[in-house]
Amino acid sequence: MGKELVKDPLNIIICGVGGQGNILATELLASALVEKGYFTTVGETYGASQRGGSVMSHVRISAANEYGVLIPLGQADIIVSFEPTDTLRVARDYANKSTLILTDSRPNYPLGVLIGEAVYPSMEAIETELKKLSREVMIIEATRMAVEAGNSQATNILLMGSLTALPQVPLTAEDYDKVMEQRFKGEALELNRKVFKIGYEHINR
Amino acid sequence: MEWMITADEPGRTYLMQGNEAIARGALEAGIRFAAAYPGSPSSEILAMLGHVAEKMDLYAEWSTNETCALEACLGASFARVRSLCIMKQNGLLVVGDALHSASLSGVKGGLVLVVADDPSAHSSTNEFDSRHQARSAGLPMLEPANMQEAKDMVKWGYELSEQLQQLVMVRTVTRINHGRSSVSLGELPKEKPDPVTIGEWDRMVAINWFKDAQIAKIDQAKSIFETSPFNEYKGPEEPDMIIVTCGTGWLYSSEAVEALGLRDRIGILKIGTTYPLPEDFIVKHLLKTKKVLVIEEVDPFLEQNIAGIIAYHPELQVELLGRYGGKAMPRNGELNPDIVRNTLARLTGTAFTGPETAVIPPEEAVALPARELTFCAGCPHRASFFLLKQTLRIQEGQGVVMGDIGCYTMGGQRAGHYLYNFLCCMGGGINAAEGMGQLTRFGFKQPVLALAGDSTFFHSCLPGLVNAKYHDSNMLFVVLDNSATAMTGFQPHPGIGQTAMGKAAEPISIKKVAEAIGCPVTVADPFDISGTTSKVYDLLKQPGLKVLILKQECATLVVRKREKPRVWVDQELCRGDDCGCGRFCSRIWGCPGNIWDYEAGKAKIDEVVCVGCGVCISLCPAGAIKMEGGGACG
Repeated sequence: MGKELVKDPLNIIICGVGGQGNILATELLASALVEKGYFTTVGETYGASQRGGSVMSHVRISAANEYGVLIPLGQADIIVSFEPTDTLRVARDYANKSTLILTDSRPNYPLGVLIGEAVYPSMEAIETELKKLSREVMIIEATRMAVEAGNSQATNILLMGSLTALPQVPLTAEDYDKVMEQRFKGEALELNRKVFKIGYEHINR
Repeated sequence: MEWMITADEPGRTYLMQGNEAIARGALEAGIRFAAAYPGSPSSEILAMLGHVAEKMDLYAEWSTNETCALEACLGASFARVRSLCIMKQNGLLVVGDALHSASLSGVKGGLVLVVADDPSAHSSTNEFDSRHQARSAGLPMLEPANMQEAKDMVKWGYELSEQLQQLVMVRTVTRINHGRSSVSLGELPKEKPDPVTIGEWDRMVAINWFKDAQIAKIDQAKSIFETSPFNEYKGPEEPDMIIVTCGTGWLYSSEAVEALGLRDRIGILKIGTTYPLPEDFIVKHLLKTKKVLVIEEVDPFLEQNIAGIIAYHPELQVELLGRYGGKAMPRNGELNPDIVRNTLARLTGTAFTGPETAVIPPEEAVALPARELTFCAGCPHRASFFLLKQTLRIQEGQGVVMGDIGCYTMGGQRAGHYLYNFLCCMGGGINAAEGMGQLTRFGFKQPVLALAGDSTFFHSCLPGLVNAKYHDSNMLFVVLDNSATAMTGFQPHPGIGQTAMGKAAEPISIKKVAEAIGCPVTVADPFDISGTTSKVYDLLKQPGLKVLILKQECATLVVRKREKPRVWVDQELCRGDDCGCGRFCSRIWGCPGNIWDYEAGKAKIDEVVCVGCGVCISLCPAGAIKMEGGGACG
């Protein structure tokens, strides 16, 4: 496949809201990278994430040496996000003019919006600002596709399929599959393989 | 993951979480005993050891509190069994007396105490630097800078502990515990020694006679640390400045030196053995420079111990910079690569050019709604806080509520209608309520309430309950019993009926314990809002100590156990904004399952989020919320 590290370190942020499977998806990604022989570190912020807070994982990939677990501000090369407002929150801090952003379009309404005190911004407004902050924004209806494939819980793996399809990520679909095979079995493995493929092919058409 | 920490593959590299690496290190050292009380960011360690206990021939328990855990490990150590004790920074303060005593008696079988600090208090009520306790108790301490070291230091900690016959503390921080990196596995022991017979004159006694021995041990640790491979210097022979660092600061410093192109000007002295410091090793390197910057998490602990070394070594002519006084580095809060790089750039007069970023003027930036914390959909705490707030509003005189530590700590925010007035530490609520409840003799009239969860009840409320009963304080003690240590990930506690190793145990009844102490106990269901509200109202009118147990299982556990019923809004019945309820279900009740359908102008249930508890059905004035189906719990 000839997929090599185009930048060292390559910094990827995976973010969303607690319960969206962010941590598992990141762990699989980083494990696949370690299996390929890269120095890979992951920093996770998930203190109270089970209670609806934002969750963010930093993945740092290097062929040369180990890096600290946190990405410096403005230095994310790729941002993968499960929630549009969280995408923007993270992009404001970590994106630069070369950053590629991959985001799901399904909103997860915070408490303030539910009780009518705050307004959830439009997807158009979010996209406009994301474009100003980065090089490219790819909006993927990952939750919708995962629901169609059988389970909204698999959105995380679907987005990992899309991420793996990017030329910048030094992994092949087979590399990610090996790690999924280690972790899942039976129906869960089948579903994850199915959604991974959907996400992968969505990019690699 | 359990399979990874027990893999018999020496030399194999896996991506491991810091907590996995710690568990693996202890397994490689051949521990047969592990005890902990849960607390982020340390909780995964004992959870994993509990799951692999049988396979790896060890015993693991979730102790009732940290003191129980440490002293249980001392018991195992007395019989020459290697043991691991784990806690978070607050737990170390709970265990302070035991720690300072145990350092006098020393240990027999190796005992490593892992303490996980939470800089910036991501999942804690407060930031605290545990390292002061190692110095105060006179215990050797190691600080891993990455996941590999976390494993290796824990493993080596047992050799050190047995060589010195002393407890060894390993201090980690959130970014190590919850970070992941490559870890190369070592060998697992083929055999583990059995406990020895304790002879008639065998002793492990903590008394001041052994103070000299304790000091000799710490001096011996210092000489061992002088040649430890966990300490290293990398950099030029005559640097403009040396960064002395430990823990996460090491990789942040290395990255900053590279990013600023300072490799020829700045040296990095990494210290893994942070107490007692290897004095000769440090002096030897600091002689190379005139300027020293110390980079570490939380307090200027390393910095001020180095200041001590400088004071005793007039040959060192260095300017010392760090967190002290907040001049070079922030005085508190977690480190990150930006803080470290910016500090270094400022001190060396170097400019950093990062990738080009866009600046969005504030007037063009999209307004983002804050993502505040709330109770989960169907959480019984939401019902408990609602009905307590409602009761305090309808009775005469504003009540005073003492909070405590757990998921329900969030009840001090909007999620719990800002209910409580007071918050201290675990078990702090009941004691503060006892004190305030004594003031009725001076004319204090407000009803006083204390809250505690079920795990907190066992952890630290028992002496408080005895105290409040014996002194007959005027107060209502409310136990929010959700049958879970929910905040930290559902570790079992003595009320649950299960152990860390997955075995059944006889659960201890909170009601029976409180009754045995002599308290009148009422058990009520928080989901029965009106019935329980009137019970609370009546209890507040009675003098003396009352105990109310609000019992309803944590929604996150319920969801795992039963088929959820379908709850929906009959929009024909919902009167929308004409109702007069002010959109009660979505605005005031505040459950993430209750949303507003802006198109229809009516209430709606988010059926993906809703867990089917059905409480909102009883609260809707129009009777528009309906439920069908669903299996019974269990």
